[in-house]
Amino acid sequence: MKVKITVNGMLYNKHIPNDMMLLEFLRKYGYVSVKRGCDTSNCGLCTVWVEGKPVLSCSYPAARADGKNVTTLEGVKNEAASFGRYMTEQGAEQCGYCSPGFIMAVLAMRRELTNPTEEEISNYLAGNLCRCSGYAGQTRALRAWLHDKPWEKEGQA
Amino acid sequence: MNLKFVNQAIPKLDGAALTGGKGVYTEDMVPRDCLVVQVLRSPHAFARIKSIRKDAASRVPGIACILTWEDVPQIRYTLAGQSYPEPSPYDRYILERTVRYVGDPVAIVAGRDKDCVAKAMRMIQVKYDLLEPVLDFEQALDNPTVIHAEEDYFHHFDIGGDPKRNLVSSGCDACGDVEAAMAACDVVVEGTYYTKANAQAMMETFRTYTYMDHNRRLNVVSSTQVPFHCRRTIAHALGLPKSMVRVVKPRIGGGFGAKQTLVSELFPALVTLRTGKPAKIVYTRKESFQASNSRHQMRVHVKVGAMKDGTIKAVDMHALSNAGAYGEHASTTIGLVGHKSIPLYARQADFRFSWEVVYTNTMAAGAFRGYGATQGCFAMESAINELAEKLNMDPAQLRLMNLPHVGEKMPAYYDEPLTSCSLPQCIARGMKMIGWKEKYPCVRVDDHRVRGLGMAVTMQGSGISAIDTASVTIKLNDDGYYTLMIGATDMGTGCDTILAQMAAEILNCPMERITVDGVDTDHSPFDTGSYASSTTYVTGTAVVKACTELSEKIAAEGARRLNIHPERAEFDGDKVYDRTHPETSITLNQLAQALVVGEGTQWLTATASHCSPTSPPPFMAGFAEVEVDLETGESKVVDYVGVVDCGTVVNKNLARVQAEGGIAQGIGMALLEDINYDPKGQMVNSTFMTYKIPCRTDLPEIRVDFEESYEPNGPFGAKSIGEVVINTPSPAIAHAIYNATGVRVRSLPITAEKILMGRDV
Amino acid sequence: MYTIKSYVFPESLEEADELLRRDCRSSAILGGCCWLKMGHRRIRWAIDLTRLGLDQIEVKDGWLELGASVTLHQLETHPDVTSRFDGILGESVSHIVGVPFRNCATVGGSVFSRFGFSDLTCALLALDATVVLYRGGEVPLAQFMATPISFDDILLKVRIRDDGRRAAYQSARRSSTDFPTMAVAVSCLDGRWTVSVGARPARAVRSEQAARCLNDGLGAAAAGQAAAEELTYGTDLRAGADYRRKLAAVLVRRAAEQCMEENKG
Repeated sequence: MKVKITVNGMLYNKHIPNDMMLLEFLRKYGYVSVKRGCDTSNCGLCTVWVEGKPVLSCSYPAARADGKNVTTLEGVKNEAASFGRYMTEQGAEQCGYCSPGFIMAVLAMRRELTNPTEEEISNYLAGNLCRCSGYAGQTRALRAWLHDKPWEKEGQA
Repeated sequence: MNLKFVNQAIPKLDGAALTGGKGVYTEDMVPRDCLVVQVLRSPHAFARIKSIRKDAASRVPGIACILTWEDVPQIRYTLAGQSYPEPSPYDRYILERTVRYVGDPVAIVAGRDKDCVAKAMRMIQVKYDLLEPVLDFEQALDNPTVIHAEEDYFHHFDIGGDPKRNLVSSGCDACGDVEAAMAACDVVVEGTYYTKANAQAMMETFRTYTYMDHNRRLNVVSSTQVPFHCRRTIAHALGLPKSMVRVVKPRIGGGFGAKQTLVSELFPALVTLRTGKPAKIVYTRKESFQASNSRHQMRVHVKVGAMKDGTIKAVDMHALSNAGAYGEHASTTIGLVGHKSIPLYARQADFRFSWEVVYTNTMAAGAFRGYGATQGCFAMESAINELAEKLNMDPAQLRLMNLPHVGEKMPAYYDEPLTSCSLPQCIARGMKMIGWKEKYPCVRVDDHRVRGLGMAVTMQGSGISAIDTASVTIKLNDDGYYTLMIGATDMGTGCDTILAQMAAEILNCPMERITVDGVDTDHSPFDTGSYASSTTYVTGTAVVKACTELSEKIAAEGARRLNIHPERAEFDGDKVYDRTHPETSITLNQLAQALVVGEGTQWLTATASHCSPTSPPPFMAGFAEVEVDLETGESKVVDYVGVVDCGTVVNKNLARVQAEGGIAQGIGMALLEDINYDPKGQMVNSTFMTYKIPCRTDLPEIRVDFEESYEPNGPFGAKSIGEVVINTPSPAIAHAIYNATGVRVRSLPITAEKILMGRDV
Repeated sequence: MYTIKSYVFPESLEEADELLRRDCRSSAILGGCCWLKMGHRRIRWAIDLTRLGLDQIEVKDGWLELGASVTLHQLETHPDVTSRFDGILGESVSHIVGVPFRNCATVGGSVFSRFGFSDLTCALLALDATVVLYRGGEVPLAQFMATPISFDDILLKVRIRDDGRRAAYQSARRSSTDFPTMAVAVSCLDGRWTVSVGARPARAVRSEQAARCLNDGLGAAAAGQAAAEELTYGTDLRAGADYRRKLAAVLVRRAAEQCMEENKG
């Protein structure tokens, strides 16, 4: 079918297979930050935003994204890099394979929750699995980032 | 020691690329016109293929080739990524007429895209003669079903195996008369412990792509921990000269030992060889669970005897291990069960450690962080905790009384001397951090919740003694920067960074002046690979040697340029100068430029290799505080403290995250991670929906600290960190749960159901 | 993975119904797709309702109405939902995988599929919810849950009487984001109780005996015991039947106690 999908502000007017998932669509057009980690909607590696909301691109039909705005890590590069520095400051990225999906969930959380408690943060991010880090390093990175609020200085939305 | 780079918290060199979502992993680099390869797998646990009809499937538009057992080289090999000659039996073909577990490959299908491949897969007709499988590893030895009856079964040397008995390997290691010693003990405890075939579950599944280059050489780009072993095994299994194979390792999305075994490499390699076209395979998560490798499932029986005062006088351990359908890592993982658990208590004890590893019709096991030591630690440490209770002693005190002493030989650890150990300090620090004095053995929270405390200690090794070998080349380039070339494989652990830290320390230059290459068997110096906790210790020492040599060469070249006696030349990282007249100097930049242009050029490089005769053990003490709901049996680790002796901590952040991550995996093994098979041999827990690895809300904020010792044989006093950190959670958590509930669970994982029903029986 | 021959966004319910009835077996109404995509269905007409405005949460005429396309995450965040029934609808779904998942999965998909492991249906059952079907009209959820799945109708919304009843939700799971090993919801309005037990592992059902115990003032423990004895429990990879029976007694008791506390306060 024909779809018009806007990815990070760029319009894609494409013919796609009807059963294509958004994950495959995004990787096909070079958004390689989007990773697949499972086949059962369990790992969160493929997290992207549709109309600003974090979704699992492995489970989101590409057809359903017709007419919608999709954001990947590549589309929030500066803010991702800013949070990424807090991650690498802790060594928490380790293999890095889950980082893009995790970061997309973190940046969405920042927009959705105001002054979240540590428990609210954990609950919000619980669906983003990491096998390397044991999460403690991610937690330290989050704490420092939420404390510093670099997005205010950097003037990011 | 005044260190600038080593012992610091330096961010990983690849951190920005990884968190920036750059296309640096295998699948991100696949050429566009790559054939898609998939493997048709056996639905039966044990069968012989009667016939395969593939004509119709071959005619599906876009299909490039369909290969079956008739199309592959009849060469036996092992997939284990171990140094040659491997101690694993050669018991595989790429495709074989006999299939030995649900998931064993039956046909390789390659085509233009995934749709045509999927269609062709559905159209292949396979008829099987079903054979009676052996699924229970306790029933495998001398079972009427013989899993490996092939005549060309081969091993390089005797590992105590007998395939006619389904026995991969067996042996016994003893010192003194354990039975007499046991009989003379005041107190004896005895128990049988079970651990599961846990999945490594790294986030990036197995994947490889292959192509032929302009020299008709087979290029293999793969997510592997062992590129050099890969090259050797691929060449052997495909019957190619090794010179015709090149293996490249990009960034890896985690390994934890899973990628110390070849898994996905041979399928696209064979397709490329047959078709001349590039080919790729990407495992699904389910395939990764069902058709790769796992931890060895084990039953460990342990008996420990002590005198009333707590002196341990006898340790008797027997381990039965499930190799699954093939014998990769079977004879070696089993060794660590005893060799990394008994030495902690064998200072004054006679001991015996005996073992059998058996074949079954389940997925082959392989390497998983801890590599047998984890299973042994669960049994041994649990027994020590039981012994402490029976002796009415504090379990920490009992351990402190029996631990090995620095300077002494460890008879249960290949007679190697103990050259560094701060485990007593680790125990003391951990007790303080967890609040042992205040809370042990348990604290009641309310009418139905109790928090129990538990502990365990452990050791691992630092590389495989006298086998693991690393080579390092360091080059001085024309702008005065260095290229560090290593064959060790960073799989997210950060070894590229910590090895660069060591180089910067020796060469006395900022980290930015050192670049580190990925691994490419055509260009990188030989390294056995990143496993057995070898990289920091073995490759690190090679880095120190190579950089020291290069530093000396720079000083010597500088002296020549300055026309001074070499003994007067000093290299301080930025310049070479005359020690007696410091104003006589040449900058490194000038020197480096001069060395590559014009007369008297001498491009400077240094190469060094290292192989350690010993494997100094790192140690760790782990403490768990677990809250148990007495009415539902649910348990939650509310605090976990790990205090590690890894010698000098090379990178404070990366070592900490290694420890936190290892502990998290250990907690998963203790409480959640379950692999089960149905009666037909189909794995039941083969997705993240059914095999639960810990998510962040399952874990406490794990707390890690270090008690550094100084290992004289290690680079800057360092030992290993990667594996030792996974061992303590199972026994410490089991201990805590016992202290909270009075229920001893000796089989992992410790589920709510086991706790509650155990309590009720 | 499923396959889809034609992907359609019907412009009206009539059109959706017409598409569905062309061939119920090979057509599929798409929910969040998290579950559907894992199967191997070969779908002729994939019918996507997301353009029909069914993602609305409304309070009208004394009812709380949840459209079929409302996501599970909306249940956690929408004030009209979180402020009612002691927040059990949001709480019941809050353990399911993670926010990105719950931004995909929908009320319609969860309820229509009548999964045994469903947290949401267990909670809704205790609230005496009804479902509104395009052809079948409004039917009590309890009745809908007892009906085998057939793909010949479209679930439009779920309705709950906005009667101010108090409610509580309890569940046990292996990992905190796993399916429940057992799920329990209770509600109480003017001394009349409803008790629902899910993930037995079969579909959620109500325990009339447990409700009677509570109605008669026999106490929470008696209600727990009654639920354990009245209902059937089974074994799956998450737990055995005997363990589940014990768990039911505890969780029903706890939920009832919690609800009694709320009623006091």
